[in-house]
Amino acid sequence: MATTRILCAGFGGQGALLIGKLVAEAGMAEGKFVTWLPSYGPEMRGGTANVMVVVSDKPVGSPIFTKMDVLVALNQPSLDKFAKDTKDGGLIITNSDLCGDPENKDKIKLAPVPLTKIAEEIGNVKAANMVGVGALLQLTGCVERKSVEDYLSHMMKEKNPALLETNMAAIDKGASYVS
Amino acid sequence: MGKKVLMKGNEAVAEAAILAGCRHYFAYPITPQSELIEYMAKKMPLVDGTFLQAESEVAAINMVLGAAACGVRVMTSSSSPGISLKQEGISYIAASRLPAVIVNVTRGGPGLGNIAPMQCDYFQATRGGGHGDYYTPVLSPSTVQEFADMAPMAFEIAEKYLTPVMILGDGMLGQMMEPVEFPDAYPPQKDPSEWALGARRTPDDRHIINSLYIDPYVLQEKTETLFKVYEEIKKNETRFETYNMDSGAKYLIVAHGTAARVAKSAVDALKEEGVELALIRPITLWPYPYDAVAEAAKGKEKVITIELSMGQMVEDVKLAVCGECPVEFIGKAGGVVFTPEEIVSLIREKIS
Amino acid sequence: MTVFKGRTKGLTDAKLSYCPGCLHGVAHRLIGESMEELGIIEKTIGIAPVGCSVFAYNFFACDVIQVPHGRAPAVATGMHRARPDRIVFTYQGDGDLAAIGTAETIHAANRSENITIFFVNNATYGMTGGQMAPTTLPGMKATTAPYGRDVSDTGFPMRLCEILSQLEMPNYIERVSLLSPKEILKAKKAVKKALQYNTDGKGLSFVEMISTCPTNWGMDPLKAREWARENMLPIFPLGVFKDRAAEEAKEKEAE
Repeated sequence: MATTRILCAGFGGQGALLIGKLVAEAGMAEGKFVTWLPSYGPEMRGGTANVMVVVSDKPVGSPIFTKMDVLVALNQPSLDKFAKDTKDGGLIITNSDLCGDPENKDKIKLAPVPLTKIAEEIGNVKAANMVGVGALLQLTGCVERKSVEDYLSHMMKEKNPALLETNMAAIDKGASYVS
Repeated sequence: MGKKVLMKGNEAVAEAAILAGCRHYFAYPITPQSELIEYMAKKMPLVDGTFLQAESEVAAINMVLGAAACGVRVMTSSSSPGISLKQEGISYIAASRLPAVIVNVTRGGPGLGNIAPMQCDYFQATRGGGHGDYYTPVLSPSTVQEFADMAPMAFEIAEKYLTPVMILGDGMLGQMMEPVEFPDAYPPQKDPSEWALGARRTPDDRHIINSLYIDPYVLQEKTETLFKVYEEIKKNETRFETYNMDSGAKYLIVAHGTAARVAKSAVDALKEEGVELALIRPITLWPYPYDAVAEAAKGKEKVITIELSMGQMVEDVKLAVCGECPVEFIGKAGGVVFTPEEIVSLIREKIS
Repeated sequence: MTVFKGRTKGLTDAKLSYCPGCLHGVAHRLIGESMEELGIIEKTIGIAPVGCSVFAYNFFACDVIQVPHGRAPAVATGMHRARPDRIVFTYQGDGDLAAIGTAETIHAANRSENITIFFVNNATYGMTGGQMAPTTLPGMKATTAPYGRDVSDTGFPMRLCEILSQLEMPNYIERVSLLSPKEILKAKKAVKKALQYNTDGKGLSFVEMISTCPTNWGMDPLKAREWARENMLPIFPLGVFKDRAAEEAKEKEAE
């Protein structure tokens, strides 16, 4: 992997920005160059919240891109807005509970994952974004599962060990669903 | 150096300022620098520092003036419209020879503009900004790490030359997260007791800070003294970075800050196609690296300036190149940041 | 018996640059004497405004800074936060404090910064030549109100003590006058009390001094004082508007 450009998008509150943050944190821990650039301002409330993440072996020139290798779309408006910007041959992970297929599905690899349903099965619907992280890690290998686990442990092992467990379970379910 | 942490530029520059010993911060909320003021609100009380949300940007910069006059490390931050309001105070701080740091996380303008990143405050930042004959050293970061590193650098320059110093970031650098490392040690503050108020060394050591010189000859002399300091700053503090300089490139790109990092991507992309471009990135916008740009432009067929504006720094590039070769401009207004692909195609147009 | 003491140590030897008959000199002296009597000259920082007293840095024997028009309370805020162990006072006229600096004044008062604001009200812009001030009286002529101030057009004179005393936090607000020796002695007490409060860390003190401007009013100094007594005092009544420290002390005593 030289450089992976990932765009995560969803409704505000779905945790799209956090998916990006986990990838960036894990990438940094692995000694890679990373950038995390959110959409900000009034757009953060209401419409779609999205974040552009670049993980690379060399310094990241531009944190902004028009074409990405991977799109993680947590809802239909995000898919409608960004699917076309995914490179031909690129990957689109969708929350199939909330999204249909993108128009360019023949040109890309599509991974529809019932993020919401899987999260509900685990018992925490808020962990849907973590299921997405699992799928993302499994399909791209852009960062290691262990790096993500290390970061999450660092953040919540003391404060909320149960949540850590839920999140890791969600990540593993997401990974096994697409493997 | 400490551990790498992933931080927004707004937070990184605030943290670096605190680590560098800044314990006084006065500001007014404005997007896209909100994380900076919020970070200070959270952290300053934990280090027995002063955080105060002022009633306006005008009040904030005058609080900075007051604290600076007492000889403490003090900082304020804002974004373009707020910086316009601060210009009166910055002029007084410059004239009163006080050290202070001002962070401008620029956004789109003119007017209320928008909250997207732009470089359209270049003229304001590099030409004094407020009324009168003065300059403010201006530092332009292009990564979050550099944004953080510039906080101690700004305090050092401010204290060495007794001048306000501006860090000119933009909304993108403020909002994006990148890995940052903070050094273990920071430059200590220069002793201000020679001039600071409330710092008498003997009972008769009365200190006055003033910018009023009603006698034109005295004001002339004071201004000339100020400009002697500026000559020293030019000599000692001019900073720039070059990229792909030894490639035999026929073209030179000049860009600063966010535009420069996007331009670097374009340089890399065109290199893969066999097109070599040299790049020079001014790090200090004032003093501007005129000599370095002139040197870099030597023998080039064309110089291309890239900015997130309708063309402001390009005037300095033209001054530097001085007609030796054509200077072209690629710019964007409205807060739309170039993508590398766009820049590549625009550069191709310019060099075909 | 009062003994004439010569010049107070709280003022420098510099010759005052005010017009003959101007009361700024009196106000300066009251502040200088108070600083001397409280023994705080060396730990006080004064703030000179833009206006006739712009040169105050030449006259007060403490450290002084000259600051932008109207911004003195904000500068004082920064100073007090940087050096809480110092006494900080601003010295401002009506244009500086009540027009261009209204926001800074009100907010510094609302935060009850531990500073003193000395407000010299002579109902005119003196330095720039007698333009209308926010405190100019109804019908009073000014170079920018040549037909007299029309309150339906430019509003009624602003009463800063009254406005500020609506705020919860300020410690001490009093309006005094400099129009007679008796009133001057009373003013001195207020000035000294204000600086004492700041020395004790009690929060914001605000002392308004009703003054005159013989030059721009076009009157001789004595006539100007008479005129001020007849016309200004009804609109700007003297008195203590707030004295939290005194009230708290009283309450404690009652307990």
